Amino acid sequence: MATTLDVNGKAMTVKAAPGTPLLWVLRDELGLTGTKFGCGIAQCGACTVLADGQPIRACSTPVDAVGGAKITTIESLGGQHPVQQAWVKHDVPQCGYCQSGQIMSAVALLTANPSPSDADIDAAMDGNICRCGTYQRIRAAIKDAAGAAPSAPQA
Amino acid sequence: MNAHVKPAETGATRRDVVVGATLAGGALLVGCSPADMLGMGAKTEVGAFGPFIKIAPDGVVTVISKHIEFGQGNHAGLSAIVAEELDADWSKVKVEQAPANTKLYANTLMGAQGTGGSTAIANSWMQLRQAGAAARAMFVQAAAAKLGVPAGELTVKDSVISHAASGKSATFGELVAEAAKVAPPEKPVLKDPKAFTLIGTDRVRRKDSQAKSEGSARFTQDVQMPDMLTAMVAHPQRFGAKVKSFDAAEAKKIPGVVDVFEIPSGVAVVAENTWAAKQGREAVKVEWDESEAEKRGSDQILAMYKDLVAGKGVTDKLKWQSFDTRGAVDDKTTGAQVFEATYDFPFLAHAAMEPMNCVAQVKGNNAKLTFGSQTPTVDQLNTAKIVLNLPGAIEIETLFAGGSFGRRTNFQSDYVVECVHIAKKIGKNRPVKLVWTREDDMHGGYYRPIAHHAVRVVTDAEGYPSSWRHRIVTQSLMKGSPIPTKGLDETAVEGCKGSPYLKATPNVDAQAILPETGVPVLWWRSVGATHTAYVMEHTIDQLAKKAGKDPVEYRRALYTKAGASRHLAALNLAAEKAGWGAPPTAGYARGVAVHESFGSVVAQIAEVKMENGEPRVGRVVVAVDCGVAIAPDQIAAQMEGGVCYGLSAALFGAITMKDGVVDQGNFDSYRVLRNSEAPTVETYVVPSGNAPSGVGEPGTPVIAPAVANALLALDGGQPTFALPIMKA
Repeated sequence: MATTLDVNGKAMTVKAAPGTPLLWVLRDELGLTGTKFGCGIAQCGACTVLADGQPIRACSTPVDAVGGAKITTIESLGGQHPVQQAWVKHDVPQCGYCQSGQIMSAVALLTANPSPSDADIDAAMDGNICRCGTYQRIRAAIKDAAGAAPSAPQA
Repeated sequence: MNAHVKPAETGATRRDVVVGATLAGGALLVGCSPADMLGMGAKTEVGAFGPFIKIAPDGVVTVISKHIEFGQGNHAGLSAIVAEELDADWSKVKVEQAPANTKLYANTLMGAQGTGGSTAIANSWMQLRQAGAAARAMFVQAAAAKLGVPAGELTVKDSVISHAASGKSATFGELVAEAAKVAPPEKPVLKDPKAFTLIGTDRVRRKDSQAKSEGSARFTQDVQMPDMLTAMVAHPQRFGAKVKSFDAAEAKKIPGVVDVFEIPSGVAVVAENTWAAKQGREAVKVEWDESEAEKRGSDQILAMYKDLVAGKGVTDKLKWQSFDTRGAVDDKTTGAQVFEATYDFPFLAHAAMEPMNCVAQVKGNNAKLTFGSQTPTVDQLNTAKIVLNLPGAIEIETLFAGGSFGRRTNFQSDYVVECVHIAKKIGKNRPVKLVWTREDDMHGGYYRPIAHHAVRVVTDAEGYPSSWRHRIVTQSLMKGSPIPTKGLDETAVEGCKGSPYLKATPNVDAQAILPETGVPVLWWRSVGATHTAYVMEHTIDQLAKKAGKDPVEYRRALYTKAGASRHLAALNLAAEKAGWGAPPTAGYARGVAVHESFGSVVAQIAEVKMENGEPRVGRVVVAVDCGVAIAPDQIAAQMEGGVCYGLSAALFGAITMKDGVVDQGNFDSYRVLRNSEAPTVETYVVPSGNAPSGVGEPGTPVIAPAVANALLALDGGQPTFALPIMKA
């Protein structure tokens, strides 16, 4: 049964069976591999994408539950988004595997709250695990990007 | 055969490990060097500037890294070493991952191609300086001919070769064709380190931050190839269990499932995509033969360890082995001068963000692997045994890996072998991607083993140790080595052995015993130091407290006595930067710890308070002596990461088992450090002219004792005799 999704501003028809997590549709069917698989149970945040601007865990979102929501993945940010620029400026990534999810959570945070406090950052970013321990650079990059007035990508 | 490998005092064990694996391959052929033999069958094109450097007509310099990048930042440091000696324009330097070729790309400290033991920079230092300097000399000679000026009058800066007197110049890009024809110098002249303009500066930055910030960096999980299949494996829930029988009928009904078959480690389900493979795996019914399985729980294993300390269970085969004996320990004194303690450490999972995975293609005797290979030589050896080919003929394309912390290298190449067996059955060169779920990864063993220490120290009139009796019980990490380990497995005792505190103690009796269990164990970021650093550093603070002395002063006295000048310098720098002596932030207490591992000395001072019943670590000041600092910002990044990795384990980390079944499966039951719990780490580098040593691991083992010592220093604070600090 085909499902139509709005991914990064494009209408995409996918074949995946109902119940398939959005993550595997994005990765295996649409080839959008920037969104990562980390835990499969919405505990680590590596699969974070935006649905109508809100961060969701794609690993635990069935494709048939997405409906008409506009899905935004790391690929849509373009590489020069202020949050990505801040990430590069601070050399945030180490292994890099969690960073797509970290960045999507940060984009959602800064879109909703352009000047987050430390507590706001804690609350928004605690769902994203980084085993390399890049947390303090993530915090610094978010503060830096906040100064750069980020905007949500138009999906 | 391994005469070129002379293990130094630190980091020796990891070298032995891979040399062991190399020698295992040596059984195949006799009469040539291991590297030559293991490289046999490999087809790698080497350009004019050697195996480590490629230069394109557009002037882009590509440094070929023989080491995998899984977070450590070694690609920044390795490429900076080349760029420095080459005088290349740093903005035009790129990094590319070397293929598997042991002859060309062996780790000079291992004798095999591999990354580990915090050796990437250390073993490449002279090799890459020479490669860069040789290429520079070739360009200078080509420029002299082209510009018609004496080579001795040329200068090189940012990939431009200039002749000041005539004003003539030429770029690397313009000269590359001619330079490639120049014979490389036999003994390239290296720079005086005082003339370095890139090394040691903050200009040395990561080359992969952009790709890793836009989702384009390629990990094993991201490999997609035409006609590729995805596989998952149904594994037993107990270590050592085997497939007795299985029923694939339900699994084969899942749309997208292509095949279900038995492999040595379980039952493989091969499908057209990941989700189908996962559903198929859940549907397959397997009956397991558990006759050989480990059925003990982790509590029973720890109890067995404690029995060994009491003498119960010691046999001719399983016996205590000394690793430091001096004088005669005092077992008679009792009372106030005696300090006695035991310490317990649990199994730990590495829990890298990218669960283990591999892509393999097999056709006849040929195999190609595409994945984050930490030790290509060993992965080639283990693959070669399955497809029956020369190890060197096994192709490996190494990708970024989403962390490892030790997990991606082991003697058995466990997950790699699993993938190769599946790809062999599929055959026809069809790519098979093996995907482990988080649960597969966490249940998959290869844990940091349980460790138990028993310490009895008698102090002198001044409160310093005069007698130190030490017992360590843990599993051997070298047990699976293809060659038997001679003597005691050093990984079990490193950090206790060689400790300046033991050196400063006149009477020492230190022994270890290494029982076996059915649980596969492995090095885990900083290896033996994960437990030895804790025991030594937390013991020292308790001794200082008993003696009524300041823990920094107490250490200074012992380091002076032991001649441990690097420890002293790191401690002094950390104490100065942390403001030791001045009051800490209100509500916090400070704890200090210092430890040497992999040739680097790290001192940490942590500020800790209790908040809602949990320790909260605020500021951590780190001083590190890692020889010449090549990439200062990446040294800081490794200290930040090492602190978080070690703190996560200290506070929460434990894999437990009941009746041989692992209790934890995912991050909901294996708690790890999150953003709001992460401290702010400040890193200071001890100035040094010594050759560089590692930074990937040495920051890790120091934070647990620093935090425990801070908790001891809090009002009414108590020592912590078992990790993790927070019990599940």
